[in-house]
Amino acid sequence: MMLAPMLGEAWRAMGANRMRTFLTMLGMVIGVGAVVLMLAIGQGAQYAVSQSINTMGSNLFIVLAGAPSSGGVRMGGGAGATLTRDDADAIAQLPEIDAVAPTQSGLAQVVYGSNNWNTSVIGSTPDYLYVRSWAVVDGETFTDSDVRAATRVALIGKTAAENLFAGENPVGKTLRIKQNPFVVIGVLAPKGQSLDGRDQDDTIIVPLTTAQRKLFGSPFRGAVRMVMVKAVSAEAMPAAEKAMTALLRQRHRLREGADNDFMIRNLTAIADSEAETTRTMSLLLGAIASVSLLVGGIGIMNIMLVSVTERTREIGIRLAIGARQRDILLQFLLEALMISLAGCLIGLAAGVGGALLVNALTETTVIISGSAGLVAFVVAAAIGVFFGLYPAKKAAALDPIEALRYQ
Amino acid sequence: MPGETGSDAVIRVESLCKSYATAAGPFPVLKDVDLVIDPGEFVAIMGPSGSGKSTFMNILGCLDRASSGRYLLNGNDVASLDQDALARLRGGTIGFVFQGFNLLPRMTLEDNVALPLVYAGVERDERQARARELLERVGLARYAPSLPNQISGGQQQRVAIARALVNRPRLILADEPTGNLDSHTSEEIMAMFAELNAEGITIALVTHEPDIAQHAQRLVRFLDGRIVHDGSTAHAHAHAAAEKERAS
Repeated sequence: MMLAPMLGEAWRAMGANRMRTFLTMLGMVIGVGAVVLMLAIGQGAQYAVSQSINTMGSNLFIVLAGAPSSGGVRMGGGAGATLTRDDADAIAQLPEIDAVAPTQSGLAQVVYGSNNWNTSVIGSTPDYLYVRSWAVVDGETFTDSDVRAATRVALIGKTAAENLFAGENPVGKTLRIKQNPFVVIGVLAPKGQSLDGRDQDDTIIVPLTTAQRKLFGSPFRGAVRMVMVKAVSAEAMPAAEKAMTALLRQRHRLREGADNDFMIRNLTAIADSEAETTRTMSLLLGAIASVSLLVGGIGIMNIMLVSVTERTREIGIRLAIGARQRDILLQFLLEALMISLAGCLIGLAAGVGGALLVNALTETTVIISGSAGLVAFVVAAAIGVFFGLYPAKKAAALDPIEALRYQ
Repeated sequence: MPGETGSDAVIRVESLCKSYATAAGPFPVLKDVDLVIDPGEFVAIMGPSGSGKSTFMNILGCLDRASSGRYLLNGNDVASLDQDALARLRGGTIGFVFQGFNLLPRMTLEDNVALPLVYAGVERDERQARARELLERVGLARYAPSLPNQISGGQQQRVAIARALVNRPRLILADEPTGNLDSHTSEEIMAMFAELNAEGITIALVTHEPDIAQHAQRLVRFLDGRIVHDGSTAHAHAHAAAEKERAS
């Protein structure tokens, strides 16, 4: 039998019992819609996380000065004076290390004209921008000579600039940090939120030496709170961590068995685990949605079995006038396939619509990918064939005489 | 006996047996049946209910298989054919007419008539042309786009005959084709069969009405799974009349 008249017949059979066809299709619509929606939300979440990871910079360690204690009162990490710029320079010499940026940072009240704003001020070296994959969009960055001379220049983040300058171009303006005048020489590219939701653009970067001398003075010259370290590659990170630990223990003259007076944090590992969590979550969502797809498929099988029984006599007539078993099989299979594919198309539209609605209502990132639609389509076709095959086989295997006698 | 010598017989049945499996063991329905039907014959098959005539008809129509014995259709042993080949025989070589018309209720009359052509793989334009031509022939061309439930029983049977003819079969098997029709309509249908027979189509027809059987040239009677009578209808008519006379 030829395909064209068969498709026509399948269409007619679907139209013969519209309510039933619709309800059967609804199972597929809900299944496919749920899968598409969940994938869109899951992929959106993964995208948001990977964006945050990218803005943080890649292959990053943070080396913090140890937590000192005085008279039983223990201070937090980074409060000690055990980490110095010289340590940072030594780390930079290690073959596994790409770049380092020693930083001394803190919160400070910043004033420009009649505006004032409390923001995080980071003192560091020019390499800080490279380590954090950060760019200056307007003006220029400070240089090593600025660090050597402890000049009072500043780079300003987008949020801080908006709050202090309210639309004015900050480049060339002078602002005051803790009463010290700084000339803004550059505006940083917007970075958005960090993984923990902090606004990374609410910041001002100044040369390390200036921060040490004018802003966050330390009784120990050359001491820094932390050093940001960028390894040459993701693969080199474990080796880099070992090498840094050995180097710092040697430089700090720590005896065998003594605790480290510094801490090394692998930021990439933290980011990876965050990404892993999101991936697991979207996988779980997808799995739950797939169950409804399965239920939709079972619905199709159920209705096809009913349809085969109802049309037993028709099958007998067809067999008596020359239909082969294969023709009958194909006819019922096509019907199941048409229901599931039609359900899939509507479900696809519903899923995409739902995702756009979620996006519009909650501003959650959603990603509608063509591959998700394609997967849903293939799965729907597979379900149509898989759940349609048994009823179709049952129809094809009917005995013509029995079928003709069926009332 | 007529047809006994034909070597190019349309139907040749030799010692055919058929039994159904029941809980009490095999139940024989046909016992050692021999029959030859030559091209162009018009055979009426009669017999009381349970005599095996319908089972015999189903086997002739390749809807059922014999338990033992041989059945040659146009010289081919049907037992050696697979399901697909049997389907081809049902679609092309044989035309079926049923008691209950058996039209598909959701299809137009034209599509019903064209359906065997769909399974035979005929192209759309030709399907339509042939279906129209045959509806014309049975006098129902203007009902082509109607559904079966919109026409009378006699008209439905005419459509069923058109469907049986659409693949230009040389053999028509009719199982009580007038069983659901009034006597006037029955005459019309039988006249149509006679006309087809006059064109050279072989016809085998099961009936339990002697009047209907009279339209055939040859009468085969079944009783308890065996053929108990095989002869011309004229002879049977005389025989019946003689019996009637003797009884009175």
